[in-house]
Formats: sequence, structure tokens, C-alpha cells
Amino acid sequence: MATSRLTSTDETAAVAQAAAPARKGGAGPPGEPRRIGYLYVLPALLVYGAFLLFPLVHSFWISLYDWNGQTLATWVGFANYVDIVRDAELRSAFGHALVLIFFYAVVPIVLALALTAAMSRARVRGLTFFRTALFLPQVVAMVVVATAWSAIYAPSGVLNTVLQAIGLGALARPWLGDFTWALPSVGLIGTWVEIGLALVLFMAGVQRIPRELYEAARLDGAGPVREFFAITLPSLRGEISVALTLTIVAALRTFDLVYIATHGGPGTATTVPAFQVYHRAFETNQVGSACAIGVTLAVVILLVTVLVNRLAEGRDQR
Amino acid sequence: MRISAAERVATYVILIAFTVFALFPIIGILLSAVSPPEDMTAGFNIPSSIDLHNFVDAWRQGHFGRYLVNSVVVGVAVVAATTLLATMAGYAFGSMRFRFAQPLFYLFLLGLMVPQEGVIVPLFYDLRSVGLTDTYWGLILPQVAQSLSFGTFWMRAYFRSTPRPVVEAARLDGASSWTTLWRVLLPMGRPALTTMVVLVFMWTWNEFLMALVMVPADESLRTAPLGLAFFQGQYTSDFALLAAASVIVAAPVVITYVALQRRFIAGMLSGAVRE
Repeated sequence: MATSRLTSTDETAAVAQAAAPARKGGAGPPGEPRRIGYLYVLPALLVYGAFLLFPLVHSFWISLYDWNGQTLATWVGFANYVDIVRDAELRSAFGHALVLIFFYAVVPIVLALALTAAMSRARVRGLTFFRTALFLPQVVAMVVVATAWSAIYAPSGVLNTVLQAIGLGALARPWLGDFTWALPSVGLIGTWVEIGLALVLFMAGVQRIPRELYEAARLDGAGPVREFFAITLPSLRGEISVALTLTIVAALRTFDLVYIATHGGPGTATTVPAFQVYHRAFETNQVGSACAIGVTLAVVILLVTVLVNRLAEGRDQR
Repeated sequence: MRISAAERVATYVILIAFTVFALFPIIGILLSAVSPPEDMTAGFNIPSSIDLHNFVDAWRQGHFGRYLVNSVVVGVAVVAATTLLATMAGYAFGSMRFRFAQPLFYLFLLGLMVPQEGVIVPLFYDLRSVGLTDTYWGLILPQVAQSLSFGTFWMRAYFRSTPRPVVEAARLDGASSWTTLWRVLLPMGRPALTTMVVLVFMWTWNEFLMALVMVPADESLRTAPLGLAFFQGQYTSDFALLAAASVIVAAPVVITYVALQRRFIAGMLSGAVRE
């Protein structure tokens, strides 16, 4: 994986640089000391600071207040954060995010791993076509994805029609309007979006495992299962960590899909943190609480990213 | 390694099955979009004949002509600004050494992990107080800031990979750092640049939350995805119209993707590098 390689060269370069700061020539960036560097960074930093860093800090500041967006705000300290644990609606929003992580990350990755293992290492004809098609859900606007899947899940939509045609009409229901099934239905859309990403990643990763490893394993009498756990899985560690990061973050950031397909409903059956941020800030005037959820979400995403990367690296060193 | 015929068949069966799964909703939308009105149900359709009228209707009734123009204006502005600023910052981080370069770079990387939900609320109130909501600026500036994280990360990686002798030769010829950047290094970096441009364009084009929040009142400033969301609220019964509108909204990105799929995939997967 080009990405994991990128990280490790970055680190080696950083170490080399620290060890020999005055090193001249050579291929090791970054080059010589130049104060003019600040000037090059400045314009980007100004825009970035004004429209991302400042709002982030401001978000934290607002989160310490009880504010309806218009009248004077009241200082409440960390009460809005305590609410995330106490308030049933918010607790369920974060709970739903966990369910979505299962559908966005766990299901696609496990499935893609199993499929990758089941696929032979033969050269596939038309690989470009398969890869392009499998990855396509990643580039289609979520609004369009939500529209398409709403039609599939509609009361007289494709899914129910198929169920009736194969004699399972009893299972037919308005999927996105059903208290029990709405969340898994939304989750399945996430599975649809992410499975191609995982497959494309793992297929590329498997191509790079030396064939000799498999041949040696077969000579040693390893069956397909041993082969998978002894060779394929460890070799794909980098790809798995990339897939985990991307899919978990996608699950945690789900907004468009929920806003368009269910608006958090029925009731609060599909409400998620990102939706609560919007809902509270712009629909029910609980601006402080909305900011607290936003900040919490940012921290959770940061932790997940660092943690997944650490796990992948930690095992690397063993 | 020898591969049996059964294994080979299994490989294709798996690939074809999941390709069908991936394409099904998209093809469903395409087919519904060209269905004549008499075919229409609430779900997908196999059209009895091809009827392109839905596109005309969606274009007119849904004001998608207007929305596409907005999306193009915002997309081009965000891409242009991001490219300029990220190239300069990436150049400094990738080929120069100055104090605090490392922590500054990490500060930019932070943006890769900050979800919009973490900044959108104060952004709305702050921009409203200076009169920038319901303007193109309110849509453009925050998205430039968001794209700069990836852009700087991506361009820094490119500039680190450029051969040092080239830079030194340019320097010996008396080229300033500015000339070296635009005349020597950037022309060599067209592939890296193209990847960044198409990705930032896609992210901006598909962006929903920012458009929803930053344009609270002025309908004529809606971007294409936002227009589609409101259109969906109005025309739930006429799915052919909705499908046609969806095709209009998705097409520019999908066509670019099909043409440049390798760059899209490589770039999007690299977004996971965070440390």
C-alpha cells in the first residue's frame, strides 16, 4: 500500500533529519533552511486558521454555554457534555453510531476479507472494469445514493416487490419507516458504499504478497484456512488499518444519508450524532448542546484514527 | 502457483456478484430516469421505451440549470484557491526547512480529522454576523479551509519526492524559489496536481451539509445536491423526475471518475494517512 509506505518513509526521514540536521546534498528532504518558507505557508494558514481552526475553538467555547442562538447565553460549564451521557436522545444517537460502525466498517471488511481469500491469485481479466465499478459508490453524491435507496426501500419499492415475488411477502414493510428496521436499513446503505472500497484495497494488497509464500505453505500441507490466517491476513495489516480508518470515520460522520432518507426517524430510531448537531443547532435552538456534540464527535474521530494507526504499527514492530 | 478452473470461476462469480450489487441502485436510477410517464411506479422501472423528457422537466421545474451553475462556480473557486494555497504550503513543507515546520504541518493535518460537524455551528453564526451567509463566499471559504488539509498533505508528499538535483540546478541557474516552484517543479508534478484537483472538485461538488447551512434563505444560491434534496421533498410521487434530477447531479463527478478512476482511487485511499 502506497499510503503505509508513505508514512514510514516520512518517519525515517524525520529521524534522519533529527540525527543529522546539517546534512548537505543527498536525497533527503526537506531541503536547506529557508525562512521564506513562512511566506509560502502564510496564505494557506490564514484561510485555514480563520475558517477551520478558529471555528473549532469557537465551537468548544459555545459548547460551554446554554444558548438558543439569539438571546444572551448562560455559562453552564461542561453540562452540555454531561448531557451526552445523561440525555436519552443523545445517548441513543451515539449508540446508533456504534451500530452504523458495525454496518459501515465491520461487515464490509470481514466480508471483503473472506471474498479476497476465496478469490484465487489468478490474473483477472477486466480488473480495471471491476475496480471502477466496485469503487463507484464512493464517488456518487450521498444525496443521490439516498434517493436511489429510498426507492429500493419504499413500501412499493424494489425490495418489497422482490420479497413478494419469492413468496416472502410477509416480510415486506416500509423499511425506512419501521422502528426496528430503519437503522439496519440505513446501515446496509453504508455497507453498500464501503464494501467496494474494502474489496479494492484488499485485492490490491493481495497482489503484492509473494506467490512463493503460498507455495511454501501448500508444500507444508497448509489448508486454505491456515493459509488465510498465516499469510493473507498478516500481509494485509496495512490495508486493513486504512480500511478501518476510512470506514469508521465515514460511519461517525453520517449526515446526508440520515437527513435525506429518514430525517432521524421514525421517532429517533435513526438519529446519529452528526444529525443531532444539525437538528439541535438549526431546528430546536440548542446551540450549546449542538457544539458539544460536534466537539465530542471531532475528539472521537481523532481518537479512533490515532488508535487504529497505533494498533497497526504496534503489531508491525513485533 | 497453479490455479484450478473451479478457483478461477469462483473468482469471477464473486467479482460479478458484487459488481452487480454495486451497480444495481445506480442502474436503477438511470433506467427510471429515462422511463416514459405511463411506466412510472414509486420504485425502479425497466422502461418500455426511452423518454428523455424527464430531464427537460427536472431541469425546468427543479431549476437545476441554476443549481449546476452554482455548483460549478463554487467548485471552480474552491479548487483554484485550494490548488494555489496548498501548492505553496506544500512546497514549503516539502522542500524547505524552517522552525516549527513540523508542528505547523501537523496543525494542517488536524483538519483531515475534524468533521464539519465540529465547526459548522460557529461558522454559521460567525459568517452570518459579517453578512457572508447566503453568498458564494460563505460556501467557498470554509470549503477551501477544509480542502487545504488534504491539499497541503498531498502536495508536500509530491514536493518531497521531487529530485533534489533538479532544484539545485535551478538554484545554480539563479532561479528564485518562486521561479523554481512554478517553472520547474510544478510542470513536472502534473499527475499529482490532477489528482488533487479532481478530488477537491468531487468533494466540493458532493458537499451537502455546508450548502444546507450556509444558504438558509436564498434559493437561487443552492448547489446541485441541495437542490436535489429539496426537489425530493416536493416530488416524492414522481420518481422518474427525481431520478432524472439525480442523474443530472451525479453525472459530472461520475464521468470524471470513469475517465480518471486510477487517480481517484489512489488519492481517496491515501486520505487515510493521518500521522
